[in-house]
Amino acid sequence: MPASEVKDDRMIDPATGEYLELAPGQSFRSVTEKVTRIVLSPATPLGWLALFGVGGALTILLLVALIWLFLVGTGIWGISQPVAWGFAIVNFVWWIGIGHAGTLISAILLLFKQRWRNSISRFAEAMTIFAVVCAGLFPLIHIGRPWLAYWLLPYPNAMYLWPQFRSPLMWDVFAILTYAIISVVFWYIGMVPDLSTMRDSAHGKFAQVAYGIAALGWRGSARHWMRYETALLLLAGLATPLVLSVHTVISFDFAVSVLPGWHSTIFPPYFVAGAIYSGMAMVVTLAIPLRKFYHLEELITTRHIDNMGKVMLAVGLIVAYGYGMEAFMAWYSASHWEAFTMWNRIFGPMGWSYWVLILCNLAIPLTTLWSRRLRTSIPFMFCISIVVNVGMWLERFVIVVGSVYRDFLPSAWGTYRATRWDYATYVGTLGLFIALFLLFVRFLPMIPISEMRAMLPAARIAPGRKKEAGD
Amino acid sequence: MDAREETYGLLAEFTTPGELVSAAQRARQDGWRRMDCYTPYPVEEAAEAIGFHRNMVPLITLIGGVAGLVSMFAFETWVSVWAYPLNIGGRPLFSWPAFLVPAFEWTILCAGLSAAIGMLAANGLPALYHPLFNAPNFCDGASTDKFFLCLEARDPKFDLTEAKKYLEGFHPVSVVEVKY
Repeated sequence: MPASEVKDDRMIDPATGEYLELAPGQSFRSVTEKVTRIVLSPATPLGWLALFGVGGALTILLLVALIWLFLVGTGIWGISQPVAWGFAIVNFVWWIGIGHAGTLISAILLLFKQRWRNSISRFAEAMTIFAVVCAGLFPLIHIGRPWLAYWLLPYPNAMYLWPQFRSPLMWDVFAILTYAIISVVFWYIGMVPDLSTMRDSAHGKFAQVAYGIAALGWRGSARHWMRYETALLLLAGLATPLVLSVHTVISFDFAVSVLPGWHSTIFPPYFVAGAIYSGMAMVVTLAIPLRKFYHLEELITTRHIDNMGKVMLAVGLIVAYGYGMEAFMAWYSASHWEAFTMWNRIFGPMGWSYWVLILCNLAIPLTTLWSRRLRTSIPFMFCISIVVNVGMWLERFVIVVGSVYRDFLPSAWGTYRATRWDYATYVGTLGLFIALFLLFVRFLPMIPISEMRAMLPAARIAPGRKKEAGD
Repeated sequence: MDAREETYGLLAEFTTPGELVSAAQRARQDGWRRMDCYTPYPVEEAAEAIGFHRNMVPLITLIGGVAGLVSMFAFETWVSVWAYPLNIGGRPLFSWPAFLVPAFEWTILCAGLSAAIGMLAANGLPALYHPLFNAPNFCDGASTDKFFLCLEARDPKFDLTEAKKYLEGFHPVSVVEVKY
């Protein structure tokens, strides 16, 4: 697109015609202040308080739903036979999938040296952690006796029992535990230098002490920085196979069973692509209001939105391949049961969910995201991110419920109807996510300041070196 | 230990990373060894200039990862073969392919924790107090936009007046004495 067509010329790189990943004219101090003032300002914005009120109210709804569940049991949900995995597992897979884009941005794009990731990596990682919190809740409350959840862990006990390591459900425990811990470590270690900036810029005594303790006494020594960079790169290199393994293991929960519609080798790559698809959409959903309300358009530019649109298009095509391959294998396997499950998924009583999912995940995004004009249109990208999130939730619903409510024997067929407690729990986790994310935005630097400094033109030291060479 | 009573070192402040790196290179050429650069973001050239090339973090991570892999795999084998043998669909007790998944996850976990904790330990962190925090200009900008070179009193070449004169030769913004 020629630069003349674009409203904001300042944000276009004249050499490439691309949007800049960082607005021109920034200095070390201006970048620092843009991020720290959000946290250090004593005035909490009214919009923040209102949204936190909503998130907090929904979190209370979640607590009520959980207390009722603990008192009565999983019978308050719509699960029964043959659909024993209802909303809880749908929400679990959906939330953990959302988390995956945060790791993609912070780890995989770091290894690929995609500099544009820098400004969005911190809040994408925070999104990962909060999504994993919401996801991890579901298997724990789904096990029936949640107060015995620690039985999942191998520990010496008076019953002389040990876990069964051949089960994918056991693999899940290790995959999600590792994912949660490594995500928190990666996020915190990445934040230590910025916390030292917060310590030095804070005015109040309490803030200085709190950020000072959290910053661990970071002082920016060149030796420290080198070890730090090595550790961060290693963590990125470790998180990359980890994130692929987590959703692979989750797909094993389904694929290792012998149910038609679940027993499929396409599941691992298809689940991972779906996870990144929905997660990228969630990053866009969060990034657009954030940059607007906190005036961060100079740090999170149209380039970021454009690039995330491209990533969504690429992984969306992999998801489309997964859908196609599922349908193809249902026919090619020549298995009566596989073919029926697929037919039932599309034309059965819950067929509407399949069609809405195709509309949300393929028909709308994969036709429009090719257009650069639409990818750089902020309202459009916000809408498309919501559409994809809805579609990906439905995909998990179609897989979890759609494959089991009509299995081998017609006499055993059933249906599934979510109860108000199912909805309350789901909406409650959305509230928990919103509340946690708002706390993060208010109290921690949401953009990695030290990485932004390294991107500035003032950080180039080539001229100094030339002078040295001439000496 | 007598130096501990008085001076930690001399701190020269620069406004650009280029000035800092050339000053650090010169100081190293002139025989200074006990010195460090302080920057608000990683400046690889500054670490090279003070002669810091290798670090132990990759080795610590490797050891952590291997320990995680071996310990988890051995543990699963012990549980499944000896401690609590279960016949699951007639599969062998030592069904090692299934054990790979938790062993893999534990490799990542132990390696990642080793990288993070190893990095902090090698850096001597957490250390909430450091003499440099006594320098007012350090607290004001070391984590924002100022670049510092510190010649430490531990260096055998260190003499307060000589070193101060030497640092002023680089035309820094200021040279301050840092006390313990």
